[in-house]
Amino acid sequence: MNLDAALQTFFAEAEDLLNSMEAALLRLDEGDQDPETINEIFRAAHTIKGSAGLFGLNDIVSFTHRVENLLDRARDGKISISSDLLSILLPCRDHIVQLVEHAKHNRANDEACLAQGASLLQALTPWLELSTALPSIIESARIQTDAQQWVISMRFGSDLLCNGMEPLSILRFLGTLGQITTITTITDNLPDLETFNPEQLYLGFELTLLSDASQQQIEDAFMFVRDDSDIEIIPPRNNIQAYTNLINAVPDTSQRLGEILVKSHVISYQDLESALAVQKNQAKTSSAVDMLGDILIEEQEVPAEIIHAALDKQKKNIEKKNNSESRFIRVDADRLDTLINLIGELVINRQRVDLLASKTGNATLMEAVTSMGNFTESIRDAALTLRMVPIGDTFQKFKRVVRDTAKSLNKEIELEIEGAETELDRSMVEKLNDPLMHIVRNAMDHGIEPVSVRQSRGKPDAGVIKLTARHEAGNIVIGIHDDGGGLNVDKIRKKAIANGILDDAAHFSHQEIFQLIFHPGLSTAEQVTNLSGRGVGMDVVRRNIEELQGGIEIDSEEGIGTSFSIRLPLTLAIIDGFHVTAGQIDFIVPQNTILECVDLKSLPHVQGQNCVNLRGDQVPYIRLRDIFSLQSKNTGREKIVVVQFGERRAGIVVDELHGEIQTVVKPMGPIFQALKGIGGSSLLGTGAVALILDIQQLINFAISRENTRNNSQSNFANGTSMTIQEQTS
Amino acid sequence: MNQASKQKKNHQAELTKQYLTFRIGHENYGLELSQTREIIEYSGITEVPLMPNFLRGVINLRGEVVPVIDLAVRLGRKAIEVQKRTCIIVVELYNNEQNHVLGLLADAVSEVIEMDEENIEDAPSFGANIRADFIQGIAKCDDEFVVLLDANNALSIRELAHLVEAQLQ
Repeated sequence: MNLDAALQTFFAEAEDLLNSMEAALLRLDEGDQDPETINEIFRAAHTIKGSAGLFGLNDIVSFTHRVENLLDRARDGKISISSDLLSILLPCRDHIVQLVEHAKHNRANDEACLAQGASLLQALTPWLELSTALPSIIESARIQTDAQQWVISMRFGSDLLCNGMEPLSILRFLGTLGQITTITTITDNLPDLETFNPEQLYLGFELTLLSDASQQQIEDAFMFVRDDSDIEIIPPRNNIQAYTNLINAVPDTSQRLGEILVKSHVISYQDLESALAVQKNQAKTSSAVDMLGDILIEEQEVPAEIIHAALDKQKKNIEKKNNSESRFIRVDADRLDTLINLIGELVINRQRVDLLASKTGNATLMEAVTSMGNFTESIRDAALTLRMVPIGDTFQKFKRVVRDTAKSLNKEIELEIEGAETELDRSMVEKLNDPLMHIVRNAMDHGIEPVSVRQSRGKPDAGVIKLTARHEAGNIVIGIHDDGGGLNVDKIRKKAIANGILDDAAHFSHQEIFQLIFHPGLSTAEQVTNLSGRGVGMDVVRRNIEELQGGIEIDSEEGIGTSFSIRLPLTLAIIDGFHVTAGQIDFIVPQNTILECVDLKSLPHVQGQNCVNLRGDQVPYIRLRDIFSLQSKNTGREKIVVVQFGERRAGIVVDELHGEIQTVVKPMGPIFQALKGIGGSSLLGTGAVALILDIQQLINFAISRENTRNNSQSNFANGTSMTIQEQTS
Repeated sequence: MNQASKQKKNHQAELTKQYLTFRIGHENYGLELSQTREIIEYSGITEVPLMPNFLRGVINLRGEVVPVIDLAVRLGRKAIEVQKRTCIIVVELYNNEQNHVLGLLADAVSEVIEMDEENIEDAPSFGANIRADFIQGIAKCDDEFVVLLDANNALSIRELAHLVEAQLQ
């Protein structure tokens, strides 16, 4: 594993950690009291610092170290994380993001950046002051006593508890012999939950004991467990072999030399810090920097053998980490596309092989081909899910945006999230970020009113912005709703007239007026703030959405709030569909709209109309063959697929039913944009293309067609109502 | 090869373009080779309902759904009848600020020819029976005329989409 690849892993990992750190910080801000949350933040900072140290990214190490110190204090309950402190910690996290970003692009951290880091650390000082004082107290305490530092490593036999022994009591007994200065629980042997046996002991401990007791006294503590446990007792700094063994027993997660040495109690944290300081000074004064190990050998008189053992361990740990811990890898989306297309081709070829095999009549061959086919389909399914990501992560980012912006605007705003688990194509998620950001910022800046105004309007002090996502009729609908002041129709109209966008005499519906806010150069904000109001945002939003073949709608009521809904096609999304044919064409009906499938002939018809009586309900239907002018004969075995959309029901009459399939939705491309009723296309197992019906559109299309064809009342009369009207002709 | 002739060769290369030639009916057409991606055998097109005649349907090109245009109809000729040698030329165009992949139905693909710019004549102002802006030029090759098409005009996505819209109204 070369270092460069490992470095990429670090960047990816750091990014994830920083994201979870931010999320955890925000949870604290919302009043989360769970100590695990602070732990999570601490662990994130700790891991970043650790890994950065491995790669010699010293700026990250030194900055993160201070933050980590503070978090450690919070973790120990010495300080509480107030909202003041959070307001520094969040920028600190951002600063780490920046440092990592710089390292990633191999950019030096410029003056401004370093100054920012320094000022952040300065701001942290009030919370840190005690902590810097603390180690010196411990140190002086240690110097004063004659007690020696013993290092004890315990790996208990797994049957210890069954034998009636209690590790805790042993630890307590050790505590009576002296002072336990550090203790680490070794959880490496903890199995998965499934295999976890509550009667077994999986834990080990490493501790340092400051005591004037004799070796025999300490050994006596382990009298009853010695036989089936692995106990090492080491007097400090006098037994190289013992330390070497201990180094090899250090948990495999450490990758820094210093960390390994500290964990195996060869050196103390203070020793390590002073050695790191030496290294840092060297870096300042000359280009040649001694390795940490060399410095420790020279300055701290640590035996060279121990350092070498630790270095070996470090190497092993890094290898191990690269093998086991990189659960995520980042892959170019193009490569995934290629893979998916190739798999599509594989599926088609498999179908051909299937056909050829069945022609030979060779049973063994056919069996082999069938099992290959099953794997092919599994591969396809697995590949398709690779591209899908839940939208939750994107939504989550807005928590921070809303928090910070609300503060800077002196408003109270809460963000609610719904449908975070809705999955969509990764490439879409990325392109959605900017438009969402614009809309959310606008909502905060211009939508949600200041507290005083809200009070006078009888609204709760805190405004609410709601982000929602859901699948609907083969589309993904993303909603951004705020309970703010709403759009002022008159203001938009006046502004549009003043800017020459709208003709003075023109009369437009509210909907049309709302659409004007997407017009370039129209901003109704009276003040341009640093957030929005420059009138460049919303037209970019619309363009971005249109690039994704989607649409955006606005609904707003003055004084009540504004809702945006972004409707996106399920590009490359997987839907469950029902495969039917009409004429010679394969169609897919989205499964979630289907109520039932019935033989058309078995249902009583309403006289003279395209309408059947389904258990007493009248259900109007559309014959696909008619509406799409398909040329084929009526087989007499037509089926009706009863679909529901919203509150209404309708039937789709097809020639044949084939069954459920899981399909990938492919966009039809710009040429087919005007075609109504078909939402996309999809590939069947045979490699043939099937057309996916957009039920809502199809029915609207049917309605408008019937309306133009005969102006008399029809089954689908008056635009949207699906109720059956009396024939008046 | 001496320096002078090398330079001359380079100079020529700049003016020489490669064209893929194919037949529609009895006529020869050419497309810039750089705009073509591959030639595939004609096999099952999925018809899309309500489309104008020039739009024969869609095919699955290794997982990509690609519309297939009947070039003959687009050029004002009789629709192509599928025969043994019928094939689909896959072209990739940068049009309307996006890349588009289209399949073109042709009676048969002939060959790849190299043409010097000086051997290409401008389109005649009339008589070709094809919209003038569809023609990039006329080349003479083995005593036969080859109509070199301007793919971006003949296959303008915007125009094709408009035609579809008109058909649907």
